[in-house]
Amino acid sequence: MRFAVIVFPGSNCDKDLFYAIKDGIHAEVEMVDYRENSLDEYDAVMIPGGFSYGDYLRSGAIAAQAPIIPAIKKLAHEGKPVLGICNGFQILTEIGLLPGALIRNRQNKFICESVELIVEDNQTIFTSEYSKKESINIPVAHGEGNYYCDDATLSTLKANDQIVFRYVNDINGSVDNIAGIINSKGNVLGMMPHPERALEKIVGSDDGLKMFQSILKSHMNRVNL
Amino acid sequence: MTLVKVYVTYKESILDPQGEAIETAIHGMGHNDINGVRMGKYFEINFTDDAKDIDTEIDTICDKLLANPNMETYRYEIVNAEGAK
Repeated sequence: MRFAVIVFPGSNCDKDLFYAIKDGIHAEVEMVDYRENSLDEYDAVMIPGGFSYGDYLRSGAIAAQAPIIPAIKKLAHEGKPVLGICNGFQILTEIGLLPGALIRNRQNKFICESVELIVEDNQTIFTSEYSKKESINIPVAHGEGNYYCDDATLSTLKANDQIVFRYVNDINGSVDNIAGIINSKGNVLGMMPHPERALEKIVGSDDGLKMFQSILKSHMNRVNL
Repeated sequence: MTLVKVYVTYKESILDPQGEAIETAIHGMGHNDINGVRMGKYFEINFTDDAKDIDTEIDTICDKLLANPNMETYRYEIVNAEGAK
């Protein structure tokens, strides 16, 4: 399985993601520059956290116009896994692959801490290795992680089981304590917490590893069918 | 040359913690007759002389880049080089 990690100017979790795949699940992975325009050689795309374009205009707004974006959309429409973490989640909402938006934290403060999440849905290609309602510890680091959507969108997300992760405690004002959502097709996931920073107990938690194992295992199951 | 002034603001339903922090500071300055501050963005966009359909272009630019329709709205004014409307 070949992963692409997209690198925008201002991405800063790209190397963490790279090593999560290389050393965490021992899969093939390459850094792909935002000026590239094809992802045809890859089986999955990871959009890292950071501050693409310095968060100018809105988080993810300028990255949404980068040359690589049509290739990401194409890969998503082909049903391949697309994972956006933190700034990656913000970019996925800006390019319309996920509904809603991430706005400034209610307390107007950057938060950087380990938080408890509940895996609400373990029937996805990103979470199959977790158990349903499993409680996990994953770090967050964001100033604009307050998930917002209108009531109609929230009803749809609930009805289709698209809320994959919830915060146990309300940490930033997100609607319905949403920490991560998936598209209706089930191949595009966005989340504010950083699973790539939770791969080894020595750094506090290895609860993020199962996410990468899930992606790999789901891919192998598909390939071997 | 034509100047377009674009204003992007949060929708009423969207929380604006920066606006609230600014309001608190204004109250701290002693202006207790202020009831509500909302922060927005302002852009000045210059068009070349051969620009034809400025309204359509500005709408596209706002919808696709300057504003996020999930949480923001925009309005704009077109001003000519002399500053007259």
